[in-house]
Amino acid sequence: MAGGGSNEVKLLGFWPSPYVLRARLALSLKGISYEYIEEDLESKSELLLTSNPVQKAVPVLIHDGKPVCESSIILQYIDEILAGVGPSLLPEDPHDRAMARFWASYINEKLVKALNQTWGGKTEEEKAEGMKQAADAVETLEGALKDCSKGKPFFGGESIGYVDIMLGGLLAWADVREVVKGVKTFDPAKTPLLAMWSDNFGTLDAVKAVMPNIGKLVDYAMVMQPHGAAAAAAAAAAAVAATN
Amino acid sequence: MRHQSKQALVMMSEPVKLIGCFGSPVVHRAELALRLKGVPYELITEDLNNKSEMLLKHNPVHQKVPVLLHGDRPAICESLVIVEYVDEAFDGPPLMPADPLARAAVRFWASFMDKECRESMWMALWTDGEEQAGAISAAKANLTLIEGQLPEGKRFFGGDTIGFLDIAVSWIAHWMEIFEEIAGVRLLTEEGHPTLYRWAREYTANQTVRLCLPDRDRLLAALAPSREIFVSIAKTMSTQKQYSVCWICNI
Repeated sequence: MAGGGSNEVKLLGFWPSPYVLRARLALSLKGISYEYIEEDLESKSELLLTSNPVQKAVPVLIHDGKPVCESSIILQYIDEILAGVGPSLLPEDPHDRAMARFWASYINEKLVKALNQTWGGKTEEEKAEGMKQAADAVETLEGALKDCSKGKPFFGGESIGYVDIMLGGLLAWADVREVVKGVKTFDPAKTPLLAMWSDNFGTLDAVKAVMPNIGKLVDYAMVMQPHGAAAAAAAAAAAVAATN
Repeated sequence: MRHQSKQALVMMSEPVKLIGCFGSPVVHRAELALRLKGVPYELITEDLNNKSEMLLKHNPVHQKVPVLLHGDRPAICESLVIVEYVDEAFDGPPLMPADPLARAAVRFWASFMDKECRESMWMALWTDGEEQAGAISAAKANLTLIEGQLPEGKRFFGGDTIGFLDIAVSWIAHWMEIFEEIAGVRLLTEEGHPTLYRWAREYTANQTVRLCLPDRDRLLAALAPSREIFVSIAKTMSTQKQYSVCWICNI
């Protein structure tokens, strides 16, 4: 990192978290070396509790002992600290920057909330509503990609930027959703630009370096699903009954 | 530097329109940013019960105010996005701090205001019984956290002048007291939060702020009849809380 001081960078994270992934993507893209500290969210470290006392949540970036919290804020911080080093995450022009901030906010407010509901909804109706809202949000983002990219592969243009990372952090869970629920979040039939975008995003070295293992994430999702264990047991029992 | 001022002149010469509505705290944020930067603008007032073609065209995504139109550029929506845009696009005293860490901090507290703080205050005002008691504690604790961001001995969150965070938490300075009156609940008191209380008075007394602050009595009259709506919003928030923290992990 530029400037004086020890320039020591730590990232407090939790490997399944899409928000932590966003921070890792930005650090990877900018070529920053850092110490990654995996948190046990059931038993939070002293460092986490003192670094983010308000939310007690990850990701937390700690730069020379000073914490920065929330993925969107971490991304902007990294970009500002490293202005001129590596690709810029936010565009130069103030209007383009405003558009990027708007879409980043939209991704959190609309898409993330809807996707959370598809997993965590208490009833099938709530989950279905989440699915519908997620699909609507993705459709809107297809239009956003068209406007922001101006024919280039990413929201950031030729190279990935702030919005790409804000959305890209969700890609691992999008893969999990396809495996577990059979639903493609970025369906080439419905949102072709985003489908291509997600393929392009996934091929980048800086991205491959930090993407979590999808198989491992699927296992995690199955364990975390409220009725996952019961359903798995029932399926196993049925399989045994069928072979007998 | 020369190129910069030339560009600044161009920016300033293109007309600025702000689509807003009476009484909105988020429209206030956008207006204040424009006024603090010395940017002339035309305010277009919407009746949100009868949204104009213009609003629907320029904010098809959310159909909400404020919306900023600068020359022929596509509209900018979301109040804090507008504030940062105004700060970056126009000359004038900076609203955001210069240091990246300080910028991260004000963005964090602005986000906190719009999420945890706003939600806790709403629940404190409009729920009842045990739920309300808990919410009042939480709301007051959140006010304490925000109060802690006021720099020692300074009038504003921005220091000697109004800055981004003052603008972001301005709801506390003016709207909160009106909602408190309608709900019959006190959250911000001089005894409980002396520094924040003083800040609120400084803020609402500021000359530039006063030019775009909705009249208190008119606001009270406009909001008071909607008490039942506020209560039902609190009920929805209560049930939705369960998804607002990702079940998979925190933030």
